[in-house]
Amino acid sequence: MKSKITKLSINGFEHIVLVNPDETLVFTLRERLNFTGTKKCCDEGTCGSCTILVDGIPVLGCLTPTVRCVGKTIITIEGISSKEDLHPVQKYLVKNGGLQCGFCTPGVVMTAIPFLDEHPNANREKIKEGLSGNLCRCTGYKKIIDAVENAGKELKV
Amino acid sequence: MSGPIGKPTPYIDGVEKVRGQAMYTDDYKLPNMLYLTFLRSTESHAKIKSLDISSAKSYPGVVAVATGKDIPVSFGILPISPDETAMAVEKVRYNGEIVAAVAGKTVEAAQEAVKNIKVEYESITAFTDPHDSLEKCNLEEQIHPHTKDGKNIHKTAELRFNEPEKELETAKYKQTGFFKFAGVTHAFTEPHSTLAIWNGDKTLTVISATQVPHYLHKNLSKVLGLPLHKIQVQKPALGGGFGGKSDPFPHEMITAYMAMKTKQPVKCTFSREEVFITHHGRHPTEMSMSVSCDNSGKITALDTDIIIDGGAYGSFGVVTSYYNGVLLQGPYKIDKFGFRTRRAYTNKHQCGAMRGHGAVNPRYAVEVILDMLAQDLNMDPCDLRNKNFLPENSFTVGEFRITSNGVRDCLDTVRKKSDWDKRYGKLPYGRGLGIACGFFISGSALPIIWNRYPQTVVHAKLDFDGRIVMFSGASEIGQGSDTMLVQIAAEELGIALDYVQVEVADTKTTPVDLGSYSSRVTFMVGNAAKTASSNIRKEMAKAIGKEKNVSPDKLIFANSRIQTQDKSIDLSWEDGVEIAMAGRGAFVESGHYISPKLGGKYKGAGAGLSPSYSFGAFISEVTVNSDTGEVNVEKIWAAHDCGKALNPLAVEGQIEGSIHMGIGQALTEEMRYKNGQQMNPNFFDYRIPSSVDTPDMDISIIESNDPEGPYGAKEAGEGPIHPVLPSIGNAVYDAVGIRMMELPMTPDKVLSKLKEMS
Ligand code: FES
Ligand code: FES
Repeated sequence: MKSKITKLSINGFEHIVLVNPDETLVFTLRERLNFTGTKKCCDEGTCGSCTILVDGIPVLGCLTPTVRCVGKTIITIEGISSKEDLHPVQKYLVKNGGLQCGFCTPGVVMTAIPFLDEHPNANREKIKEGLSGNLCRCTGYKKIIDAVENAGKELKV
Repeated sequence: MSGPIGKPTPYIDGVEKVRGQAMYTDDYKLPNMLYLTFLRSTESHAKIKSLDISSAKSYPGVVAVATGKDIPVSFGILPISPDETAMAVEKVRYNGEIVAAVAGKTVEAAQEAVKNIKVEYESITAFTDPHDSLEKCNLEEQIHPHTKDGKNIHKTAELRFNEPEKELETAKYKQTGFFKFAGVTHAFTEPHSTLAIWNGDKTLTVISATQVPHYLHKNLSKVLGLPLHKIQVQKPALGGGFGGKSDPFPHEMITAYMAMKTKQPVKCTFSREEVFITHHGRHPTEMSMSVSCDNSGKITALDTDIIIDGGAYGSFGVVTSYYNGVLLQGPYKIDKFGFRTRRAYTNKHQCGAMRGHGAVNPRYAVEVILDMLAQDLNMDPCDLRNKNFLPENSFTVGEFRITSNGVRDCLDTVRKKSDWDKRYGKLPYGRGLGIACGFFISGSALPIIWNRYPQTVVHAKLDFDGRIVMFSGASEIGQGSDTMLVQIAAEELGIALDYVQVEVADTKTTPVDLGSYSSRVTFMVGNAAKTASSNIRKEMAKAIGKEKNVSPDKLIFANSRIQTQDKSIDLSWEDGVEIAMAGRGAFVESGHYISPKLGGKYKGAGAGLSPSYSFGAFISEVTVNSDTGEVNVEKIWAAHDCGKALNPLAVEGQIEGSIHMGIGQALTEEMRYKNGQQMNPNFFDYRIPSSVDTPDMDISIIESNDPEGPYGAKEAGEGPIHPVLPSIGNAVYDAVGIRMMELPMTPDKVLSKLKEMS
């Protein structure tokens, strides 16, 4: 397959990369551009660890062809973390123990932030549903749910 | 305790993890790095008739190709069963075994080249059912040449005390159950990954996702023929282990070999399918168990016969075989006690250690049978358990030394919190409560490879910057061991947490620790860290005392200051550091842990010995839909005795994570095979619980203050999984009156049991 020169807007910067038409966004980000904060746990759309925002919408980086993201705004975990302060979702994940090994964590952050934007009044049940695509093997989810709930409360004030 | 010990302490590596800055193995990239891919066997059991790698070698972008003959030295985690080689030599023993490896300049080149390797197999009868492995077979059908009597039995572990079979023959109250447990896997999120570098000084650096850098170091030396002092193993951030990264692995050997051969860095990262194939998870198990009691409910005997399906290689299997039996010696006092476990080799992915190692399945059996006996005696199952607990400071029948024991507190706590006495047996049809207890080692008292060294050493360094650096080989795998090191140093020295940093899990710079397995880290590394940092305090006090003319024991280290009671001496931490370093400079203090001499003299007495044991009691509330057969866990009350919670946030996290994993094994998880090939090597078909499956959890930490644990602490990472499964099983019985003897209790099994009943 013929590689293609592709312009991508990632975390507010333009990147020109040579990509294969069949390669996925998580591959381009991790292997070509060294955005290793996005994790690849299954590479087949089952775990949510590769979640990335494309035009503000969370997508699975392992199922999204890179060439389809041309002209769109891509935000990765590095884009969320560039500010000095942590986002409330990040802050409470640390504070409430919502992470252990941390491998699922970037995906959880990238899912929870747009979720709270969309559902500022979400209760625990709703939060569970919102996170149901993010597998975590360490925490049993309880403290992740706590963290998202607390972040939601803080974001409202 | 005035410092951070006992206070909920967020992980010190939390911020970098939540920002995506933590570096896991696959995140490293080096100039000229090669990518490694494997040719894997498509046969379960076959001779390799021919293997032609020539066209793979000449494929564009390929730098090196290797096969089993290049590194034929066998290895394994246990020195008694080093039965595996890096790649198959002459024959393959499971579908998915590595046959050849290609290192290429790109992943694509390596993957394409693998397709050009030609291999011819000659099939041998494959053993996929462990029962077949127990029968005699032809020599050429034997999976390994070293098994005895022409059978494919890897290990028979058997112990008996005081003739339990005699008691069981005549006992008035007796129950026997036949149980069957599917194999389950760790399913950590970070796939295995290894990066090897051949350095300019002819030394080897291996960065790997491993729970056991030390054992990897030793096995690399053996397989590669490289002296120990030329190898460095580093464990960077690691995405979950649960026992699944506690063996030295073939891919680690091959990656290192390829780096040596090509003189270029080589990286290998598994696909999710390869993670499933590599497995080393909980053994599929069949078990018949009998337990008897007298009419007051006192347990009189236990006997069990167990077959575990080990897969193609040994891994931790010998230990697993023993743990299936010996860890039933608690939390109940049972004087007539016996078991036999046979571990079968089969032509499937190998099984090994997984959270709660060896004891999770038999624990299910015991707790379900106790429920049945309570029923026969018309006795409350909590009361029956209460009658049988081992006392503190006692010995089990196999001479395990029991010191602290909070099991009674655990039981009382969950019983009260769940309102058991009012609700058990009285909930409407379809809803039920179940109780179960647990018991686990707090670190194996014996090292895997016998030696005369302590089980762990920690160095604490003080330098001009006022910073304490804790050097430890302990492997942070998400359980919080790095944070524990920091907490302990801060506690001992009375300084803020941010004065303390860690250098960990690097076999060149950190003193040996045996690894993160058998729930040993808090107990052993914690003790060593406490000694190392209190030795720093003593040295500082000595120097300050001399300079200020005061007895060192009058100096109080607290709030990042060093003072006498009357504040006649009142130094900032930095001033204290300057005095302590005068004329000597930076210094290091050391602490170590050696477990006391324990155990009996009989053969097999070492299995399950631990300086301390954890205990627990959980109650589950479930609903069972009798139309669909679905079981839902609504709530779990969990009480675990971890001695003392050094970091309650981490302890709760371990209990909650154990609940998650226990629910998975109880309800949905199962390694499914057809003719030796796994049918579900992905998260669509191997279902681990998701956030919506999370029940309400009510966690109680019971602190029995262990006399030998650091600040009284013992384990919390594995013990809490044991009560989860049987408490669910017993709750299903309370809900709809069926005894689930097979796990996972999928809807079809529930429905057929319900049908049987009606
Ligand atoms: S890596 Fe994309 S969903 Fe798992
Ligand atoms: S914290 Fe380890 S997988 Fe979620």
